[in-house]
Amino acid sequence: MSWDYFLNHSPALIIVIPLLAAFATPLIGRFSRKAMYIWITASLALTEIFSIILLYGVHTGGTMVYVMGANPYNLSVPPDSGGIPVRIILTVDSFGAFMAFTASTVALAGGIYSIACEHSQTGQEKYYALLLLMLVGMLGMVLTGDLFNFFVFLEINSLASAALVSYRIDKGVAVEAAFKYAIISSIGALAFLFGVGILYGEYDALNMAMIAQRMKFTDLDKIVMALFTVTLAMKAGAIPMHYWVPDGYGKAPGGISAMLVTASQASLYGVFRVSFTVFGLSANTLTLGWFLIILGVLSMFVGVTMALIQHDIKRLMAYHAISQTGYMLLGVGVGLATLGTAAFNQYGLAAMEGGIFHIINHAMYKGLLFLTAGAVIYRVGTSDLNKMGGLAHGMKYTTIFFMIGALSIAGIPPFNGFASKLLIYESVYQFNPLLSIIAMIVSILTLASFVKVFHSAFMGPKIYDVKEVPKSMLIGMCILTFFIILFGLFPNIAMTYLVGPAAKALANPLEYIARVLGGGA
Amino acid sequence: MSWWNTFTTPSGFWNPLVWVLIFLILVLLSYLIWKRGESSYKKGGMQTDPFLSGYGPESKEALHVRAGNIYWGFASALKNYYSLLRKIHTGIVNDYVGWYIGILAMMLFIYFLWGGF
Repeated sequence: MSWDYFLNHSPALIIVIPLLAAFATPLIGRFSRKAMYIWITASLALTEIFSIILLYGVHTGGTMVYVMGANPYNLSVPPDSGGIPVRIILTVDSFGAFMAFTASTVALAGGIYSIACEHSQTGQEKYYALLLLMLVGMLGMVLTGDLFNFFVFLEINSLASAALVSYRIDKGVAVEAAFKYAIISSIGALAFLFGVGILYGEYDALNMAMIAQRMKFTDLDKIVMALFTVTLAMKAGAIPMHYWVPDGYGKAPGGISAMLVTASQASLYGVFRVSFTVFGLSANTLTLGWFLIILGVLSMFVGVTMALIQHDIKRLMAYHAISQTGYMLLGVGVGLATLGTAAFNQYGLAAMEGGIFHIINHAMYKGLLFLTAGAVIYRVGTSDLNKMGGLAHGMKYTTIFFMIGALSIAGIPPFNGFASKLLIYESVYQFNPLLSIIAMIVSILTLASFVKVFHSAFMGPKIYDVKEVPKSMLIGMCILTFFIILFGLFPNIAMTYLVGPAAKALANPLEYIARVLGGGA
Repeated sequence: MSWWNTFTTPSGFWNPLVWVLIFLILVLLSYLIWKRGESSYKKGGMQTDPFLSGYGPESKEALHVRAGNIYWGFASALKNYYSLLRKIHTGIVNDYVGWYIGILAMMLFIYFLWGGF
């Protein structure tokens, strides 16, 4: 097996590795818990390596097309298929590879963190199997080129996430949160499937590139556009469809809360993918763009103001996750609203870059913040900030990690949140100054909110005689901190290899379509 | 664009390494100014105790401001806004679905009017 073999098959391997690992985990766990931990860590690390290989492949060779079961592997339109792409087709452009890297990194951190954090819990084999399946769902959503498969992976992601939210049971409260999440996710997924069915009836195709090429934008397509964009925005946690977020994020174990951030971002990817690639060539992108902008502004402002009055550390952070999603919707929404105009090259593309940069930044710092919240709960046994205080005396590393995450989310230089927010402020200001001013006010309120958490949990006299959390939890936090500092000090690394290509790929659906329908070569 | 280059934005630039360098210089300057301060200062002595009109200071535990008390003025000033938000955050799953269906219906209407060219 050569390097080329791994490179060519990386779109499939990155999904297959965690999928097989998930089903093998309960078996290994029956024999040895230590072996299971090694197995989980190795699988997640291997998935992370393949996400980097995928990034390299897309960076050097452009959009990758992988057809399951085809010979050659990239034969998307066989000669006897009547010009229609058949089989399960994975289409990996720079945006998909960027999302896969983000999801894999947070999953690796969350998985390693969970080893110590969930050490005393029962049913760990199921926990890790579901964790890996959740990752499979996310990776499938961001790598597939087929709408029906997107629905399948959306369901895998949602079901695994709901099961993991209820993992701690917590006197039934976590189960209730998971139940609500499962209900809203199932209804959303059915609406999405209904949209897929309409498109299949109209165009005889499920492949996104094929549908985009055949799109006539009939009234039925407008129904589908509403079904897709609203459902996926709800799954991403946009206000006013965010109600499941504080419940779900708030009750999930720490490592899973971090992964729920990227799970929501996989849905956000879906909003952007259908808006640009499927409907971008035929719909009025100004309307679509303003839909995202309005959702973004609402999410930013309502999210942060709700966070300010919370006294449960996880619910507070969940509201901040909603608020930060607003920045991504705002940035990419401005890009979409200006698509095809002179303003796009002037500031629209930069707004998109800001929004996309914020995706990875948010995954890292919000993931880290959820891990620190989990560490606090692990030691103190409560998530109520009113009962906390003085934890910095005993948990020095956790305090430092929290400070880095908090400064980053508030957009304080030199951390990564500043670079993406700067891009968003500047470019959105040229589109509409009021939107940019709101974004800055939200940043100030975010800082105020995290000052509150820092003061009430970590500062003050020693209330609890606690010691630092175990090493595996610190390693999990350390992984995310590394990327926060890396992208903060060297934003050009993210911009050159991850963000810039992702934004350009998303803004250019023609290349995506040509690569799939041109036979994948 | 190299990884160490200045990060350019639509109308400006950002160089974190320069920022860190300036920050370190300012920290050094602050330290030097602090070093020139009163040398007779003794940590832990009476001069570090707060003066509360002759009353003794309360215990540190009693002085710690709890999360519920932080920003109470902000919440109080915006009580109408917050009462509205609290009202719509019912925690009932039927309402969650209701909001989703409502937005879906609204967007259907908007896309029919302005969705295409």
